[in-house]
Amino acid sequence: MTPIQIMHSTHSTHNEDHFRLFKTIGLAVFFVGILVFISSLFLGDYQITQQSLQASEDRVSAERLQALQPLIGTTFSSKHNALAQISSAIRAADPQIDDYNLGVTKFWILKNATTGLLKENTFFYFLLSVILAAVGSLLYIVPQFYEGLPGIKHNNIWFSTAMARGAVGITIGTLFIGFYVLLYWFPQYIVNLVLLFDPVSYFIRDLPADQWFLYGFLYTLTIIVMGLRMLAKYRHSRYHIIRTFSIIFFQLIIAFLLPSFLERLSLPSMDLKNAWPLNYYFFTDWHINSLWGGGTFGQFIFIWGMVLSFIVVPVLTYFYGKRWYCSWVCGCGGLAETLGDPFRQLSNKSLRAWKVERFSIHSVLIFAVVMTVMQIANYSSDGALFANYTWRVNQAYSFLIGAAFAGVVGTGFYPFMGNRVWCRFGCPIAAILGIVQRIKSRFRITTNGGQCISCGNCSTYCEMGIDVRAYAQRGENIVRASCVGCGVCAAVCPRGVLRLENGPAEKRFNLPEMQAVN
Amino acid sequence: MEHLVIIGNGITGVTVARHVRKRSDKKITIISAESEHFFSRPALMYIFMGHMRYKDTKPYEDWFWEKNRIELANDFVTEIDTDNKTLILKAGAKMQYDQLVIATGSVSNKFGWPGQDLPGVQGLYSLQDLQLLEQSSKNAQRAVIVGGGLIGIEMAEMCLARIIPVTMLVREKSYWDNILPQRESQLITRHILEHGIDLRCETNLKEIIAGADGRTCAVITDTGEEISCKIVGLTPGVSPNVAVVKNSKIETGRGILVNDFLETNIPGVYAAGDCAEIVTPEDERNKIEQLWYTGRMQGKALAKTLCGERTEHVRGIWFNSAKFLDIEYQTYGFVGNVPREGESSFYWEHADGRMCLHMVYNAENHQLVGVNVFGIRMRHNLFEKWLSEKRTLAYVIRHLRQANFDPEFFTEFEPEIITHYNTQFPGQKLHLQGRRGLFNNIFA
Repeated sequence: MTPIQIMHSTHSTHNEDHFRLFKTIGLAVFFVGILVFISSLFLGDYQITQQSLQASEDRVSAERLQALQPLIGTTFSSKHNALAQISSAIRAADPQIDDYNLGVTKFWILKNATTGLLKENTFFYFLLSVILAAVGSLLYIVPQFYEGLPGIKHNNIWFSTAMARGAVGITIGTLFIGFYVLLYWFPQYIVNLVLLFDPVSYFIRDLPADQWFLYGFLYTLTIIVMGLRMLAKYRHSRYHIIRTFSIIFFQLIIAFLLPSFLERLSLPSMDLKNAWPLNYYFFTDWHINSLWGGGTFGQFIFIWGMVLSFIVVPVLTYFYGKRWYCSWVCGCGGLAETLGDPFRQLSNKSLRAWKVERFSIHSVLIFAVVMTVMQIANYSSDGALFANYTWRVNQAYSFLIGAAFAGVVGTGFYPFMGNRVWCRFGCPIAAILGIVQRIKSRFRITTNGGQCISCGNCSTYCEMGIDVRAYAQRGENIVRASCVGCGVCAAVCPRGVLRLENGPAEKRFNLPEMQAVN
Repeated sequence: MEHLVIIGNGITGVTVARHVRKRSDKKITIISAESEHFFSRPALMYIFMGHMRYKDTKPYEDWFWEKNRIELANDFVTEIDTDNKTLILKAGAKMQYDQLVIATGSVSNKFGWPGQDLPGVQGLYSLQDLQLLEQSSKNAQRAVIVGGGLIGIEMAEMCLARIIPVTMLVREKSYWDNILPQRESQLITRHILEHGIDLRCETNLKEIIAGADGRTCAVITDTGEEISCKIVGLTPGVSPNVAVVKNSKIETGRGILVNDFLETNIPGVYAAGDCAEIVTPEDERNKIEQLWYTGRMQGKALAKTLCGERTEHVRGIWFNSAKFLDIEYQTYGFVGNVPREGESSFYWEHADGRMCLHMVYNAENHQLVGVNVFGIRMRHNLFEKWLSEKRTLAYVIRHLRQANFDPEFFTEFEPEIITHYNTQFPGQKLHLQGRRGLFNNIFA
């Protein structure tokens, strides 16, 4: 017989040592970046001057700036004191001011009052924090393209402190939650972090950075960096490679750069893939006015938004299942499929969780629909219908669903409940897509005859908590409203039992007539 | 109410219970000493590798059993008194049955090697084996796996996941070549080597020696080499677990002897799965199939019999699957390690040496006999159909695209395969028909 040759000797210990070195350095560099980022929160004093107040002219009304005149010349070393003084000065002049306007005022006044090392070297600090952390991550991730052989990389996940709800996982989750709480409700406390993004914000859109620019930039950067990790991990699977490129494209170009350029051109801007009802303010009076009043281009965006939400979304879902949106295009899905991938096994697979899921996601959908009906009625009646209530319902939705659920719980809970908490339990567009997918769609996951060995890898790595095995072991196809078509169940199956595919909608539920099927 | 007692809560016993429950209202009890609940035995490796927790390997949630009125007894049967239809349990308690199903599975083979009972030496079959391996793997600087089959490669993969270097001692010339044809066996052998496993073919274990602590410290091979190791995995196959019937009137050979209806010599007593040995008068050797799929199919057939519809177990068109490290394997029909008389082969291998397709066909009428496929997924239902319709090799090659079950966007190798076919059979100029994917398959 012919002698056996080793064809690919990727396993020389020499290489592995290099990889380990790269990864250790990468991790260290990442931590330095994160540390600089967090410590920037505490860098600098806050000095209110004539210039600092003028810098906020575009954002804060002249009366309010006038009310702050007495504070000129004051320097605060504590953010808290500064904010308290600004607040009381504004309130004294305008006791009726609402929380939203007060918040905006505090944010810009304080941001522009920041002085010190950070203020003078924002770009340097930006490099030393955000960019350094990204470089560190890349040093950690790029070796993974060359590590071992292509194939499923799930070794020791359940022994990992980060990925199995250990101390590191809890820490990551706590930091995420803290970040979202500050971002949504206390942005005035992170003005120094926002300052870091001024140079890049001016570069891209010729505007000062606000907290949403910070968020958009970090979001996009995270999807790119963790997308690379995904590409390394699934380098044997073209479905995942193409899907990951799609996610990166839609986040970077459509969700981040395009709206930024539109802002630069002072055109009405919108994330063109953000369909109603995930985009829950689409039908609010201010949004419709800003688009409709924004010339031909604004009207084009408005019509596109309608076409997207009511034609493109259901039609594509009929042909390809909800995956075309949820795991190829959507920003929330994009973050879940990249940053969230290490946590996918933490989703709950029990029947109970499925019951909770159906109740909760459809409740949010009803909430969104009721709110939208109110918005439209209110808008078309010029405020006569539901007048004040519309605003209150909007507020409640944006607080409870938009911020608390989608943001704090949706991402903050990655390390506790898996990476699709929002998509599974809350997202109203996922609910609509799910109804289409379950009732009339050509998409299904086919089970390959009787080859299932009930091992449970498919269920374990289903981020949506679908008990895939329950179907596969009976030889049944998987047709579930919640499936986002990430393709991981098919990839991790050690017996080649599952395939995501599109075919005639009528035969999706048929069992193959085979003796081998249980 | 009739009482059905099943000994063993593996795939066979549980399938019997589930299907009997679908068909009848009998009282059902499953007895197992191994675990409280059913888990997937092929998934044991993934627990050790950290892909899953034990609870993730349970195919049914814990409430399932009570809801379906299947009683679970975490106990051990010491004796079967078939005259009085009574089981004696470990603590001395007795259990009456009306129907008895023995589905006790297998035990790991040991061939009398010196030192085979030392701590640190083990097979890999049960949950308890997994706990043993967990203990032995602390500070293990090397593991030696003895025996080349499917469990051997699983154990090797498990150790690699925990960064424990592995030496595999294999009796054959290359990995599993007593089952796989030579080229497939070499393909897997290369893959084992590229994973850094120290594979020693044509090497046997002579003895296992203990260190000062009384635990395994090395093995000595038949070439006289001493390999130090803290773990020795003995994986030279498994044998039917017949201990429970040894002192009863139930007949045994290598396994528990049954007919095609899975009935033993005692009325009302049945055996199925790994532990059953089906007497086949026309063949020289009785059938023992230690496979998940066989257990499941036998369990389903037996459930019908138990509910009054006497049903023969028919394995049907053969199929099996496995995964060797990163390479998936599926087989449909019959492919022997050496061609039988009157059979010819068509073999294609991808240039990267990790994928191949091997089709065995009847040399005279060119009907397909069986297929081995490595690194490409194929549709089970289509191959079952083609094999039962006795399709020719040319037909199958022409329609191969429809059988492809690889994920979307994966490279299609069918054009390369058909070119290879046309080169091998210069008289023929086959063209691929249809497209990959479900649409075409259904209207084929």
